[in-house]
Amino acid sequence: MSLVQGRGLALIRGGRLLFKGLDIDLARGEALLLTGPNGIGKSSLIRVISGLLRANAGTITRADAALADDNLALDRELSVKRALAFWGGPRLQEAMAVFGLDTLAPVPVRMLSTGQARRARLARVMASGAPLWLLDEPLNGLDADGRERLGRAIHDHRSAGGGVLAASHQPLGGDWRAMDMAR
Amino acid sequence: MIRALILRELKRGLTGSAWLPMIFFLIVAAIVPFAVGPDAPVLARIGPGALWIAALTSALLPIERLIEPDRADGVLDQLSLVGTSEEGIAFAKIAGHWLAFGPLLFLALLPASALVGLDQHATARTALSLAIGTPALAALAVAVASLTAGLGRASSLAGVLLLPLAVPLVIFGSAATGSDSGSALKLEAAVALFILAGGPFVTGAAIRAART
Repeated sequence: MSLVQGRGLALIRGGRLLFKGLDIDLARGEALLLTGPNGIGKSSLIRVISGLLRANAGTITRADAALADDNLALDRELSVKRALAFWGGPRLQEAMAVFGLDTLAPVPVRMLSTGQARRARLARVMASGAPLWLLDEPLNGLDADGRERLGRAIHDHRSAGGGVLAASHQPLGGDWRAMDMAR
Repeated sequence: MIRALILRELKRGLTGSAWLPMIFFLIVAAIVPFAVGPDAPVLARIGPGALWIAALTSALLPIERLIEPDRADGVLDQLSLVGTSEEGIAFAKIAGHWLAFGPLLFLALLPASALVGLDQHATARTALSLAIGTPALAALAVAVASLTAGLGRASSLAGVLLLPLAVPLVIFGSAATGSDSGSALKLEAAVALFILAGGPFVTGAAIRAART
């Protein structure tokens, strides 16, 4: 069973055609990397797949998804643990351990550094237990340790039958199928 | 998810600036006798109307933090990813907003009605008309907050948007405080029901429209 199936997608943003006739597929256990120059529509495609943006043409079906984009979506005044717990999800404990947030659990979200906040938003995705991960520039702000943790999390997620769709300018570790949106 | 969201809204309202609308309500009530003079019959006549104006403005006070912070931080996006409908979000926001300012407003009503010289009977009638009207005020505030989310100078624009929608409610609401016949109260209830029923759908559509 495939996690994402898009056919003939087209999107116009601000009067500009970003892409048309775009087909996209993601099977279980697969990882797909969107590449291409700035402004080509990688983030917009991720939002179309997530359902937050309607494509102007084409059809899309997808499995349950979790999204990590630029926005943190965690309440600033709550502790990391409680802010993440608001979003529920069956794998909260595990996700906090994987991304090294255990020691930060009682710290208010507003006190987190940029990199720590990035880890928290990735932990939110993992905690959700959704089979499909949509990651927009997941490496931004992560240190070497954070990258390694993310790489491991993605590897385990794929082994468990999940899929990952990411947009990134920096190479992600592991074996990815690349999709160049400039072509 | 809806229940968690209502609780979150209530908690944020109470820890943040919940006392502000209540204090604002009291300030307006305290200013009225100074502005119109200490003539008791005049005060008792305009008192309920003044309290309605105070309630309307204090419901508007937190309008900028109702929707915009959650939109900017991606909370609304994440909520719809976990399967909450935009109308559900709107319903939770309205319920949370009312719970954070409504009950406190009734607490403030007792000293406020003393300040404008209302007797027991008039205070009870004002409380009844505010009890019917404030949920609609909450729905109006959330709907207008969602329509102006992400725009510059949102709060002044919100005032302009809210005014025509709030006028019928204020007309019947304050008329209901002045008569025992009950017809104004029924009309107020009708307007409040209309706003309360339409609010979540307007808000839901506005949240969706803000994404594109």
